[in-house]
Amino acid sequence: MRDFATASKAADKAGGAGAPRFPDHAVAGLAGTSFKHEHLAAIIADDGRRGFFEVHAENYMGAGGPPHDALTRIRREHPVSLHGVCMSIGGPQPLDKAHLACFRELVARYEPALVSEHLAWSTHETAFFNDLLPLPYTPETLARVAAHVEEVQEAIGRPILIENPATYLLFRESTMSETDFLGALVARTGCGLLLDVNNVFVSATNHRFSALDYLADFPLAAVGEIHLAGHTEQADDEGEPLIIDSHDRPVADAVWTLFATVIARWGPVPTLIEWDSNIPDWPVLRREAAAAQVILDRHAGRDAAGGAHAAA
Amino acid sequence: MQRPEHARGEAGGGLTYAARFSPGLLDPLQPTPAFVSGPGGKRADKRYNVYRNNVTVSLIEALGAVFPAVRRITGEDFFRAVARAYVRARPPSSPLLFEYGRDFPDFIAAWDHAAPAPWLADVARLERAWLDAYHAADAAPLEAQALAAVPAERLADIVFVAHPAARVVRSPFAAVTIFAAHRQEGQAQTIDAGTPEDALVTRPGLTVAVRHLPAGGAVFAARLLAGAPFATAASEALAEAPGFDLAANLAGLLAAGAFTSIIAGDGR
Repeated sequence: MRDFATASKAADKAGGAGAPRFPDHAVAGLAGTSFKHEHLAAIIADDGRRGFFEVHAENYMGAGGPPHDALTRIRREHPVSLHGVCMSIGGPQPLDKAHLACFRELVARYEPALVSEHLAWSTHETAFFNDLLPLPYTPETLARVAAHVEEVQEAIGRPILIENPATYLLFRESTMSETDFLGALVARTGCGLLLDVNNVFVSATNHRFSALDYLADFPLAAVGEIHLAGHTEQADDEGEPLIIDSHDRPVADAVWTLFATVIARWGPVPTLIEWDSNIPDWPVLRREAAAAQVILDRHAGRDAAGGAHAAA
Repeated sequence: MQRPEHARGEAGGGLTYAARFSPGLLDPLQPTPAFVSGPGGKRADKRYNVYRNNVTVSLIEALGAVFPAVRRITGEDFFRAVARAYVRARPPSSPLLFEYGRDFPDFIAAWDHAAPAPWLADVARLERAWLDAYHAADAAPLEAQALAAVPAERLADIVFVAHPAARVVRSPFAAVTIFAAHRQEGQAQTIDAGTPEDALVTRPGLTVAVRHLPAGGAVFAARLLAGAPFATAASEALAEAPGFDLAANLAGLLAAGAFTSIIAGDGR
């Protein structure tokens, strides 16, 4: 695996900053959790815990105030992953230059260990839909997404991880599989991938394919981070399962099993527990991360490249 | 007609997939787009509805996060109804949801069902100002003793530099009391909604403060925050409220952290 967590110094150049303002906390082999503001005091009190925190970039695009104060305090003690949720990298229209500039500024300011965005879009013309909307997989959309990824990477001065989406429907015009699309995107742009194992399970169930087959086709060598989250079960028009990527409960057993399979095959990759609504008290989230850490630690000492040699 | 470069080579009569996917997201009368399906080409109505639901519900929740007191006052059903109508009429134009709902107070004011609560829009304005103060740039507030360094003969001409978080919200209703009573759980109380209340919103450190301004205080504060010279702001406040207490109001603004610095009136 290429190490997507070592590129943070490039952000200094991109941001024109001098010496890093934060410690260079390593993220390799760690489990982490979404950072929610209401957990700040509990996290600060939970001194010396290993782990990283992921934040949605857009929540820190205000000028100042408590959000920046909280993220600064978290960043001093832990590696941070900056996760963009509305860049519309997967959309047909040009990227929002002002939004990209804010994103770049956050990367320069917080020197995150990991930086990621989604294979999705959220804005059409000027309307922002606040959801990760799907796209058809064709050579034309690949070319556009690759251009967008290159534009982002150029702006932030480092590679970005692109996350596989959870989807509920398919496009009749798609001519490529999602894994082929992501593989081609990596080859064209040098980006990494964020493998969301829950999204794999959700899409596999919704579109009746095998999650294990998908993972076998997934370009694991490019994976710099894994996401795990809870989901909700509904039904489609025929009454068959339709699973919603809801991030509102513990990770499902089937997703833990897939995760363990990936880690056994590939070695420890920084792994995040996402929890974005019905947010529990900190100890619940902490326990989920501890469960992921146990699985990662089982394979500690292996480089995350499927090899058996010691990590540097 | 020449199509934009990026739309070339796509199906759908020249429209991009986003243009074809979007119309139904906020309009329940629009059908499921024909170019999407479930596995094996099966119909995708419920599948497309997941996106419709995600969009509408998440934007209603975003408004609820900006306007928690309005939500508490109206109750869940009323809030969802007005928020759903607003979301459909005015989807956000920025991906930064803490910027959303700038004209939600006006939308509430024009919402027929809100007519029995004419003060609701002003509570919403106060909540919007609160969130703007929360996210405003950090700045050290002006210390009260800085004023003592200004020579007496220059006092009339001085101009204050507004703190980035400072805002004034005026209301012919008891917006401040209603706001304060509904921003957290607490005992119900009787409020005389017809008492006019103006608010000063500041955030000198990390905590947003909302103060009820005395008569004339809103004009005085708003004029100073807009960069009017001290004497101008004072005379306008006196014109509105003959009993206006200049010293107490100035001390109040300084204590609240409304300013960051003083500029001599002639720009020096």
